[in-house]
Amino acid sequence: MTKEKIMAALKEFGIPRLIITGFLLLLLIMAPFVGADLPTQISNIINRFSWNGILVLAMVPMVHSGCGLNFGLPLGIISGLLGATLSVELGFTGRFSFFMAILIATPFALLLGTLYGWLLNKIKGGEMMIATYVGFSSVSLMCMLWLILPYHSPNMVWGLSGKGLRTTISLEGYYINALADILRIRIGAISIPTGTILFFALLAFGIWAFLHTKTGTAMTAVGSNPAFARAAGINVDGIRMLSVIMSTWLAAVGILVYEQGFGFIQLYMAPFYMALPAVSAILIGGATVNKATIMNVIVGTILFQGIVTMTPTVMNNMIHMDMSEVIRIIASMGMILFALTRKTEASK
Amino acid sequence: MNENNTNKKNGSLDILTLAQRFSVPLMFIIICAICIPVSGLSMNMLLDEIVTRMGRNAFLILSLLIPIMAGMGLNFGMTLGAMAAEIALIFVSDWQIVGIPGMVLAAIVSVPISVLLGVFCGKILNEAKGREMITSYIMSFFVNGIYQLVVLYLMGSIIPIKHGAIKLPRGYGIRNTVSLLNMRQKLDNLLAIRIHGVKIPVATFIIIALLCLFIVWFSRTKLGQDMRAVGQDMEVARDAGINVDRTRIISIVMSTVLAGFGMIIYLQNMGNIATYSAHSQIGMFCIAALLVGGASVDRASIGNVFLGVILFHTMFIVAPKAGAVITGDSMIGEYFRVFVSYAVITVALIMYETNKRRQKKTAGQQLAQAQKEEAAGKEGEA
Repeated sequence: MTKEKIMAALKEFGIPRLIITGFLLLLLIMAPFVGADLPTQISNIINRFSWNGILVLAMVPMVHSGCGLNFGLPLGIISGLLGATLSVELGFTGRFSFFMAILIATPFALLLGTLYGWLLNKIKGGEMMIATYVGFSSVSLMCMLWLILPYHSPNMVWGLSGKGLRTTISLEGYYINALADILRIRIGAISIPTGTILFFALLAFGIWAFLHTKTGTAMTAVGSNPAFARAAGINVDGIRMLSVIMSTWLAAVGILVYEQGFGFIQLYMAPFYMALPAVSAILIGGATVNKATIMNVIVGTILFQGIVTMTPTVMNNMIHMDMSEVIRIIASMGMILFALTRKTEASK
Repeated sequence: MNENNTNKKNGSLDILTLAQRFSVPLMFIIICAICIPVSGLSMNMLLDEIVTRMGRNAFLILSLLIPIMAGMGLNFGMTLGAMAAEIALIFVSDWQIVGIPGMVLAAIVSVPISVLLGVFCGKILNEAKGREMITSYIMSFFVNGIYQLVVLYLMGSIIPIKHGAIKLPRGYGIRNTVSLLNMRQKLDNLLAIRIHGVKIPVATFIIIALLCLFIVWFSRTKLGQDMRAVGQDMEVARDAGINVDRTRIISIVMSTVLAGFGMIIYLQNMGNIATYSAHSQIGMFCIAALLVGGASVDRASIGNVFLGVILFHTMFIVAPKAGAVITGDSMIGEYFRVFVSYAVITVALIMYETNKRRQKKTAGQQLAQAQKEEAAGKEGEA
């Protein structure tokens, strides 16, 4: 009986997830033996968690409403980038520029999210593939626009021609560490960006609270059984649209938080593959194609970023081969593949 | 009278659907018509480029047709075959077998790798029915990880590679580019003829023609018919006694093997392997070209392949030059052609999904109508 239960629990947990968690634990145990500096590693993981948390959180609303994994994350990221570049262009500096960036990004996110949601309502059932390509087309369209749009700030455009945005723009003097430096805690080698984590917690709590309101419950109902939801008088298309807009806005804010930690705005092809790490992170955290919780986001981001930061150092010290990139690809893509092959109610 | 009306309706609908079906090729003809004169390329040069690119790409694109027949959509997993071919070519160039025999040997070596990857991919896709495309797309990334593991770490350390010229200086792993100089355009130059300075690689075209014949013949065999049946409706096919899962796996394996051969033809034309990037974009460009030719996710023909190659690659050749002339910045054209490739795929996918939904809706309405009529008939009888 108990054995069966354990087997059932294991099956529920999923073999790939087990392997990945086990791998991370192994890395943590190995780290001191191969001479890796554990406090720095932990500090790195916390830092990277704070950068990426909100991008992963952006998956949650769409998964809840049954739109599947948000492979169209780049669309939201583009709204964020527009906010970031416009905030710098308009001459805002310091911490204030961060909040202005969020403020400016919001209307773009709402507009693009509405269009995106409208499109996804037209093609129910094929969301994930189309979302991927909507992301790709919008990134490549923006590649042209970054060159053409009339930006003038000397900190952002190419020095020689005086037009066209650079591929990476330093945020020094703007909003670098805008959140991270708030209440930053330092214990020895460990430095905790409290502000960023609090900001993540605020948004995560917001989403959690929203999912427990009447509209939020309706969203979950739409995701788990659209026919039933429609019979109960819920406006299915409207709820789906709302979830897409929320995801897009979270992605926009997510990239701004990422930038304030990372210190640079990355344009052109940089947002191209940003959806995949976020997707695999939430899946590693225990989400499925049609079920995701805030806990999945937190656990998943820690596990994923743990692997990203730990593998290079531990592997390098152990066998003098940096195989981290390859391991990261195989682990994260394997996780997505596994999730896609699970038979779920929503796929019917 | 009534019948007449419906006929008329059908007629106008047909024109509409036709226009919709060929909207992508039409759009491309317009883009090309604008860009060709602006780019300032001579007709001869343009023709030469198009013929070269047709020889280079047609085989690869043809490999996409069989999974479409089996209802599995656009096979983004064709990249798997391309990777198998690259591994085979790395081995062959290490063994220093040159020219046509080298190509043939590479094709032979690639087959078991392609079959292995194809079976794996097919099995996974059977677990993910209804979302084959996104799964095969992620599949290509997953196998790319394994490919890097093999080529970057295992080759030279565990898998024996003799020659230093293709190894990284550190002693294991393959260099970023592997030269295929002694294989370069050997197939294209075999029997090649020149007409007004336009080189026509006859041998390559013969092979492509043979593949076309094979596909036509194959679609008429029992297996080909089974695939069509599976593509139409899996449930019905299963009831008719067709082993659906097996048929689907075979279609993916065939596509992967053919993509492998196609990649060998592609690389002999290029003359070198970009070890870590040659395969990464190939799936996207081939799929975009097929869709530009007027194919859709569930219907594609050999004609679509050739129209697609011509239109897509004409755009590809002229866009950067035209972009540079119009905007004074060559990067705009580069980004433009990438954007167009993605946009074409996006539009085709959206059209496919909306059509599918519309068909479902009309089918439902017809069913409801039939039921209503039946009920009315019964009432009348009573």
